[in-house]
Amino acid sequence: MTRRLSLAPWTYGFIVALAMWLATTAYSGIGSAGATLSGALAFGAFSVVVGTGQMFVVASGPGNIDLSVPSVLTLAAYVSMTVMQGSDGMLLPGLLAALAVGAVAGAANFLAIVALRLPPIIATLAWSFVFQSLAFNLGGQATLKPPAGLSRFTSMSLGGVQFMPIAVMVLTLVAMIALKRTVWGRQVLATGQSEPAARLAGINVARVRLIAYMLCGTAAALAGFLLAGFSGGAALNMGDAYLMESIAVVVLGGTSVAGGQANAIGIWGAALFFNLMSTMLNTFGIQAGVRFLLTGVLIILIVALVPRPRVR
Amino acid sequence: MSDAAARAPARSSSKARPALLNALQVGLPAIALLVMLAIIFSIRPAAMSYFGFHLLFKLSVPLVFAALAQMMVIMLGDIDLSNGAFVGLITCVTALYLQDAPALALLCYLVLIAVYAGFGLLIHSRQLPSIIVTLGMSFIWLGIAVILLPAPGGSAPAWLASFMSWQPPLMPLSIWLAALAALAGHLVISRSSYGVVLRGAGGNPRAVERAGWSVIGIRVAVYAAAGLLACLAGLTLTGLTTSGDANVAPAYTLLGVGAVILGGGAFTGGVVSPVGTVVGALTLSLAGSLLSFLQVPPTWQIGAQGVILFLVLAGRVLLSERAR
Repeated sequence: MTRRLSLAPWTYGFIVALAMWLATTAYSGIGSAGATLSGALAFGAFSVVVGTGQMFVVASGPGNIDLSVPSVLTLAAYVSMTVMQGSDGMLLPGLLAALAVGAVAGAANFLAIVALRLPPIIATLAWSFVFQSLAFNLGGQATLKPPAGLSRFTSMSLGGVQFMPIAVMVLTLVAMIALKRTVWGRQVLATGQSEPAARLAGINVARVRLIAYMLCGTAAALAGFLLAGFSGGAALNMGDAYLMESIAVVVLGGTSVAGGQANAIGIWGAALFFNLMSTMLNTFGIQAGVRFLLTGVLIILIVALVPRPRVR
Repeated sequence: MSDAAARAPARSSSKARPALLNALQVGLPAIALLVMLAIIFSIRPAAMSYFGFHLLFKLSVPLVFAALAQMMVIMLGDIDLSNGAFVGLITCVTALYLQDAPALALLCYLVLIAVYAGFGLLIHSRQLPSIIVTLGMSFIWLGIAVILLPAPGGSAPAWLASFMSWQPPLMPLSIWLAALAALAGHLVISRSSYGVVLRGAGGNPRAVERAGWSVIGIRVAVYAAAGLLACLAGLTLTGLTTSGDANVAPAYTLLGVGAVILGGGAFTGGVVSPVGTVVGALTLSLAGSLLSFLQVPPTWQIGAQGVILFLVLAGRVLLSERAR
């Protein structure tokens, strides 16, 4: 194979995101550059949290995917808002409740996949209907308000630098280390590359996948908890955008759909790309239809043009 | 059937098992469908009539076609996340142009099907993951639909609307169409020698290539066929709703996948059953009616659909274990 310009696949998201940021700034003046970026970082942080969980599941083998992410996110937000009842003193129990919901949901997903021998797409889809119903019964159409402390935390900034995106970057770093340096991380990649080989090497494949699904549920739940604080409450449709986005950021971020190969930093690039693109197209005053069209074309272009490492 | 299940493996297990499993895979959603109908009829005996069937299955027609379109793509080992958005786009084109400029509408359909097949070519030639390319495609279809028709509207041609409310002899139109689609699919995909090649292109592309077939050609043709079936879904849906709406059918994407899997299909490629898919689509669209007949509160209806999906699929595991 000829050696082309050797840019790692995950850098493309960052490059396109940078180009969009520059284009937006060029259009609306240098003064808005900071606001544009901090907005993209804040919204991107939620996509990254959800995407990081999805990444573990996708990396754990071909066909593994979690479609219940949006409903787990919504359900966890409803449960935690109900637990907290708007009081700052209950923040920690609320967070723990959300995380517990996520972990249980992840375990339920994996159980359905194994016990009923279902393709993950179908198992997580069926659960997502159930979770959606639970959230619906918990909150109905009403928006449950978050405690003031949570809202303050999600939009807190230290010396002009927002705190939450930084915290999520730390999370990305942890995920990277987990993938590269921990036993479980190596086991996920090994399982994803070849399940029979991993089994023969003595890896408990079922446990590795169970943890991946539980982490994915927990990440979605964390995103739901934070998003409820950031956007002023838990709402029934709050997770909808994250179904497609969680898959897109993972794949555009350089994780292989075939499993066995994951990239945690790339998720940031893809998430920034998504959010900066919608800011850019909004700034240009482009109508909704054209915006959708361009989003689709860009997704396909990036996937088609980025050289992918061959995992054989 | 239980007699056959008991005897067949004992006699010649190697030969009988695929046929038996096949029968089970198609049979299971059919049993689920019959159970659901039995429950509905026991609650509301009046539904057991031509008109009752007509009302129960009226809305299943587009889903049947959308599920068959999804089945074609799954047969190749891919998945189509843009199916629902494509159906929505077709309803927009139909409601806008088919009445006043039929030639333009036909041209649109052909171009869209060609573009759809083109993406199939792109997925194959660059070895791209279909899940992400079709995700991008779904945005493209939605975008075009919103550009054409920013708010739901337009009108279906009178002949299309009256065709969809036509009451043919013997069975309601929805059952006729489902039966014809299942029969045609069965003959082409499951019975014909060309069907073997089509399924082979998904299950074992190298073998098909070695046998002298062009896998690229097959894949493009199958994608085009999926586009055509999705067109039929959009047309019949417009006939039912008599208007175009970009966001009318996003649920078809995953319901279609569900129908294919319920009907015994597998994501590995090459394993699909047209009859099973049609029955699966009927089952899924009847599940909604069943729940309102059972007076399940609206807040629990979505969840109950998930449970029904689990129950039917769990039945498949139990049966296939017994068959072993």
